[in-house]
Amino acid sequence: MINKSMIKNHMITQKPEKRIHNYREVSQGYTNEQALDEAKRCLECKNKPCVKGCPVRIDIPGFIHRIVEHDIEGAYQIIRASSLLPAVCGRVCPQETQCEELCVRKLKGESVAIGHLERFVADYHSQNNTDKPIIVPTNGIKIAIVGSGPAGLSCANDLVKKGYQVDIYEALHIPGGVLVYGIPEFRLPKAVVEREISALIKQGVNIYTNVIIGKTLTIDDLFTMGYRAVFLGTGAGLPKFMGIPGEMLNGVYSANEYLTRINLMKAYDGVSKTPIQSAQRVAVIGGGNVALDAARWAKRLGAKTVSIIYRRSRTELPARYEEVVHAEEEGIIFRMQTNLQRIIGDDFGFVKKIQCVEMTLGELDDSGRARPIEKPGSEHFIDVDSVIMAIGTTPNPLISQSTIDLKTNQKGCIITTNNTGLTTKDMVYAGGDVVTGSATVILAMGAGREAAQAIDEKVTSDIFKKPPNI
Amino acid sequence: MFKIVLKTILTPSVSLMKIYAPNVVKHAKPGQFIVLRTDSDSERIPFTIAEANQDDQTIAIIFQVVGASTLKLNQLKENDYILDFAGPLGKPSQIDGLKKVCVIGGGLGCAIAYPIAKALHNQKTYVHSIIGFRKKELVFLSSEFKDISDCFDLVTDDGSAGKMGLVTTLLKALLDQDNTFDEVFAIGPLVMMKAVSELTKQYGIKTIVSMNPIMIDGTGMCGGCRITVNNKMRFACVDGPEFDGHQVDFDEAILRNKMYESAERKAYDHACHLLKEVQNDQ
Ligand SMILES: Cc1cc2nc3c(=O)[nH]c(=O)nc-3n(C[C@H](O)[C@H](O)[C@H](O)COP(=O)(O)OP(=O)(O)OC[C@H]3O[C@@H](n4cnc5c(N)ncnc54)[C@H](O)[C@@H]3O)c2cc1C
Ligand SMILES: Cc1cc2nc3c(=O)[nH]c(=O)nc-3n(C[C@H](O)[C@H](O)[C@H](O)COP(=O)(O)OP(=O)(O)OC[C@H]3O[C@@H](n4cnc5c(N)ncnc54)[C@H](O)[C@@H]3O)c2cc1C
Ligand code: SF4
Ligand code: SF4
Ligand code: FES
Repeated sequence: MINKSMIKNHMITQKPEKRIHNYREVSQGYTNEQALDEAKRCLECKNKPCVKGCPVRIDIPGFIHRIVEHDIEGAYQIIRASSLLPAVCGRVCPQETQCEELCVRKLKGESVAIGHLERFVADYHSQNNTDKPIIVPTNGIKIAIVGSGPAGLSCANDLVKKGYQVDIYEALHIPGGVLVYGIPEFRLPKAVVEREISALIKQGVNIYTNVIIGKTLTIDDLFTMGYRAVFLGTGAGLPKFMGIPGEMLNGVYSANEYLTRINLMKAYDGVSKTPIQSAQRVAVIGGGNVALDAARWAKRLGAKTVSIIYRRSRTELPARYEEVVHAEEEGIIFRMQTNLQRIIGDDFGFVKKIQCVEMTLGELDDSGRARPIEKPGSEHFIDVDSVIMAIGTTPNPLISQSTIDLKTNQKGCIITTNNTGLTTKDMVYAGGDVVTGSATVILAMGAGREAAQAIDEKVTSDIFKKPPNI
Repeated sequence: MFKIVLKTILTPSVSLMKIYAPNVVKHAKPGQFIVLRTDSDSERIPFTIAEANQDDQTIAIIFQVVGASTLKLNQLKENDYILDFAGPLGKPSQIDGLKKVCVIGGGLGCAIAYPIAKALHNQKTYVHSIIGFRKKELVFLSSEFKDISDCFDLVTDDGSAGKMGLVTTLLKALLDQDNTFDEVFAIGPLVMMKAVSELTKQYGIKTIVSMNPIMIDGTGMCGGCRITVNNKMRFACVDGPEFDGHQVDFDEAILRNKMYESAERKAYDHACHLLKEVQNDQ
């Protein structure tokens, strides 16, 4: 029986006035009843338009059908066939521009809540599943993965399942990449990420933290150590600044520094020794997920006013829709069509205020978005004591600088051949943000899988390549 | 986990530790540093590699207790373990082809200057070292410096050990006596490096300083270590830590280093307090 409701089942969330005083997850997930009710909204379309919107092509109507049949574990297996991290993607995918955008129910009303259902299934599985991981006997062929973000993890997962001996090298002291150092606890509990990583370890993947490839070991060292292929999933972690006056003042952070201090070094809990400034009036520059995460953390750390300063209009905000709504509920101020011009400090070198200018939107630029233009005479000041720069990141050059035969483009992204992730260096593959620049978790995962496939094909064909008979 | 295979107490607040870290040793060069975390609640703190020993696969660090994290580190003993230890980070010192060099260490900076002086000595560069401390009780590494220097000077602010004065007093005297150097390496408090750089600029002697801003990751990810060099923003952990002292904006760096002073003071007092409680219990 189809549920004809025009609107989604809405997830229960912690009340805004409560959640800004804690770090717990905002969205609480579906109840069994909600999940069933929502699943029944799916028309199980024959041509599956929604699947085309999913970068890893999850069989969406297939898994939703299992929910309707009360076979949640079956639903999980369907999702898991295409995605390593459903509990993560169900929470952080920009569904509204991917699977849900193409859902036919959107023609009249809201789409099926595919992301919420995916999360429900993944959480159900982790709470109820008791099966032991299937350990594939190793074929003795060693593959090295550099970086333990979604790209590296999913590449490792596919390769270990095919019998390879997989070792992951991670520069930081904790694996997970942006999933642990960037995306906040209140949006993606660290326990969810830890669970997925420990599942990989149980399958025999080794993770070596504190190893910076390009410094501790070079890529050529890895080959000397006996690895047959190397996958680079090192992300785009180098923060950009604007090059405006005042960026060196105390109280100016890159979003990476701000979020790392909080998420990775746990500056928010009394036990940690890593300090964080407790600012009262915070301005966050940028309009993506990173900006919103930083803004919402600032609020949780006790800031009275937190403003998002973004050059374009609200409709162009690149952040996930759900996060924009949650941020608004939490009292974050959205100063749209505003640009930062300079930061002004006090006599002690601390931020005092910022000078901004209003923007009008002109013709479409190369990115297909309206070009923001400064409105003359609209300069104004805002009193703040902290400024967080969330205007983007580029790939870290440590590896490319130490590997001469690895080519990058002008933006510092590693150049690869389509669909295989093969770089300009033999047997070295790459995928995720290090190739595309900052993108999404699901795209990084997809790239990791494609590279795993390509590595397997190449290694297998090399083995079976017999010397010619003379 | 990384084992501490040797600990030597140099002064009441300065210790040397040798840590077993075969991976880090492999490519380590003078001028580079490591980042460590003693346990899961600790900060990531950077230390210069004092020695990388390929034979026993150890890295030596020399550190001074200045705050909560270094206090905690100093409580570890031989055969204890450090949770995280990553490196080598930063660019190595460029010492090729130098014939005659003056190495200046100020206080804690002597720990960072020593491995550079030693590397210079090993490649047969003439090394004149000047190390300076506030007073006699704080002096460390002086015999080590002496052993590798062609000419050695110790100065203290109050004259309680060596000559009385600042390192710049002595350097100026040397330069005025027509001593000249291919390069000066000056490592110590920001004000000292600033003073040395201003002095050598007048004499046209290239001066390398080692910048030690507050760092988190040490890999270029946070931008917290940014400084201005030649009017450009640079990240000390990946572009440095050594820079041309005549191009560094010291005044800005001095202001930036004050960022967490009060928070760190609190953490230090708290750590001292806990330590006292533990000692009272024993
Ligand atoms: C704050 C924030 C919020 C975000 N929110 C969302 C969201 O809601 N939805 C979404 O889809 N996407 C979001 N993203 C983007 C998403 O997280 C990234 O696109 C994704 O994590 C990229 O995955 P990756 O595996 O390519 O790299 P990363 O996750 O960046 O992982 C790279 C790993 O490689 C390690 N590494 C780097 N260099 C080396 C080296 N030389 N040696 C060894 N290890 C190295 C790094 O330490 C890191 O652990 C967000 C990003 C940020 C920063
Ligand atoms: C590249 C690099 C190499 C270094 N090498 C050495 C070394 O070989 N031996 C050594 O003893 N120290 C070295 N340091 C300094 C060392 O990292 C700091 O002393 C340490 O982080 C202080 O931590 P804490 O928690 O004990 O003190 P905190 O409580 O963090 O600080 C206490 C006091 O020290 C100052 N301080 C904090 N961080 C630094 C810093 N990075 N540099 C200078 N002063 C600081 C603070 O302003 C404060 O006044 C190095 C720093 C860098 C960046
Ligand atoms: S992985 Fe993302 S895009 Fe794919 S179905 Fe799930 S939420 Fe949609
Ligand atoms: S498009 Fe929407 S209704 Fe159709 S199968 Fe996909 S989720 Fe179900
Ligand atoms: S310490 Fe983070 S960028 Fe240098």
